[in-house]
Amino acid sequence: MPQTPMAAKPLLTINDMSIVFSSPDEADIEAVRQVDLTLTPGKTLALVGESGCGKSVTARAVLRLLDRNAKIPSGKILYDTGAGPVDIARLNSDSLAMRAIRGAEISMIFQEPMSSLSPVHTIGDQIDEIIVLHDRLNKKQARERTISLLDQVGVPGARDRANAYPFELSGGLRQRAMIAMALACTPKLLIADEPTTALDVTTQAQILDLLRQLQDDFGMAMLFITHDLGVVAEIADEIAVMYLGDVVEQGDVYEVFRAPKHPYTQALMNSVPRLMRKAERQRLTPIKGTVPSPKDRPNGCAFTSRCPHAFGPCAEIRPQRTMVSTGHTARCHLLTHEKAEAFA
Amino acid sequence: MVQFIIRRLIAMLLTLFAISFVAFAIIQLPPGDYLTSYIASLAATGDQVDPRVIENLRAQYGLGEPYLVQYWKWLAGILQGNFGSSFEWKRPVTELIWGRLGNSILVEGLAVIVMWFIALPIGIYAAVRKYSLGDYLATVAGFIGLAVPNFLFALILMYLAYTWFGTTLGGLFSPEFETARWSLPRIWDFFAHAWAPVLVLATGGTAELIRILRANLLDELKKPYVVTARAKGLPEWKVILKYPVRLALNPLISTIGWLLPALVSGSVIVSVVMNLPTAGPMLLRSLTTQDMYLAGAIILLLSVLTVIGTLISDILLALIDPRIRYGAK
Repeated sequence: MPQTPMAAKPLLTINDMSIVFSSPDEADIEAVRQVDLTLTPGKTLALVGESGCGKSVTARAVLRLLDRNAKIPSGKILYDTGAGPVDIARLNSDSLAMRAIRGAEISMIFQEPMSSLSPVHTIGDQIDEIIVLHDRLNKKQARERTISLLDQVGVPGARDRANAYPFELSGGLRQRAMIAMALACTPKLLIADEPTTALDVTTQAQILDLLRQLQDDFGMAMLFITHDLGVVAEIADEIAVMYLGDVVEQGDVYEVFRAPKHPYTQALMNSVPRLMRKAERQRLTPIKGTVPSPKDRPNGCAFTSRCPHAFGPCAEIRPQRTMVSTGHTARCHLLTHEKAEAFA
Repeated sequence: MVQFIIRRLIAMLLTLFAISFVAFAIIQLPPGDYLTSYIASLAATGDQVDPRVIENLRAQYGLGEPYLVQYWKWLAGILQGNFGSSFEWKRPVTELIWGRLGNSILVEGLAVIVMWFIALPIGIYAAVRKYSLGDYLATVAGFIGLAVPNFLFALILMYLAYTWFGTTLGGLFSPEFETARWSLPRIWDFFAHAWAPVLVLATGGTAELIRILRANLLDELKKPYVVTARAKGLPEWKVILKYPVRLALNPLISTIGWLLPALVSGSVIVSVVMNLPTAGPMLLRSLTTQDMYLAGAIILLLSVLTVIGTLISDILLALIDPRIRYGAK
């Protein structure tokens, strides 16, 4: 599909979403406090952050795949169906409307290609199922489509491999099968939850290439979740950085990599090792301290307890979303205060 | 697969041979033989037996011969289809046991079917709605079912049936149908009698099955492939039945084979209490009277059932789980 000016219209917008997990024995935990994301067709947004910062939970919320004890008390997940926006956050998770979106409009690939496929059903059966479900083809037509999909994602001998069980395939092939399944009904949005984390580096590169090429072919938007900044540089158009349930910075990937504005993003960039000549090598600067539990999160900016620049308002007042340059925003008091001082 | 089955069959024969040897030895372990316990019971009632008659009988049955000779005679007879005859009943063993075994398999088979029909939906519900009111009810009922011995439940049921409805529960057939051929009225009569023992026999197993299924399913429900299935847009019930339930059943199917011997021997006490003409009480009686050919035949048949059951389990498991099917190569 050629790029049209319409492509700039957002496909999915997450506004100020929070996710709360309740448990019978403890106080509720707000795993995600404040997420704003915008996804546009044909573009890849990388959601980056440490383990436990709420990336996967955010992704699952979009498909309403969270456990029963999770609630989305505030915020909107607006999905543009073509016939007007639907607020996914307010749909019932097992409702017909939600199920019509799942798999058909928005689909997902997961981190562990082994355990994410049923061990006792063939690859072909598992892919056929989604085609029969959404596109109402009969089994035979579905299988033909499955085979061409497997072929398209680079599974050699697709016709035979469709009858293989997941344990008969290598990790890379399994992940390819998983991708074929996700793309079976040509979704408009593909959510990839650390799809390369469980693979070795060469396979990783192949899968990233494949995803990029498929995005060109299908024109879908992609939400790519990872903690690997190298992978981000490889695949993303835009980046959103999450820390402890907050999106702290979002923008064009080159822009953010070149001039990170939020202290957490800056710290993250500094903790990535670079290849350099010995004389120019510098010690890595790790972020001091550890991520606090969401229970101990400061009321204001979540990063306050570890931020080298923390000052007056940080602990108590939630920083506003500040536009740094076109399409590059960050939530940090330093930005507004510099401006305030400039105005004064 | 064919090779797998053939190898299993050969192993089966060897196992059976070993079992028959051990079984025969165990039957002979108690001091004395059928004749000594026969004399003892006659003496208890004040009768006297001519020692020469006893000696004749002993020679006739070959009871004085060494163990290996006796065993060989027994085994050779079995290979020709002759299980010997029962001392106590004075009839060939084969005549005695088939009817009893048939009744056992019928009643216990029904119990197993009832068990699965009740346990499957309850177990799935209890796992999917973990810690809900229904789950707690199933758990409480399950533990009661597990904890109450079957014979006690049988007694309670019989007592209640008698005091409330004035009927006696017991036996499998009315006297007029006892020896009749199978016909519609006889089937009807059978079910009119059999519901109570079937219910009693099913309770313990149902409770156990619910617990196992619930535990297995809880494990499977946490697996990532369940999320994948949901992400496809399948309705929740279909997700659960097609994926986690399918996998949670594997360990249960692998134990289906053990049901076969349990079908015959698992209900001795209930059968005694409810006066059921099944194989269990007959085995018990033959062991106490040292009726060795009858006991030996029943024990041997039980082990044949065990071994066949295990084979069936293995084949079933290989059929439903590709990981085992291909791993066997």
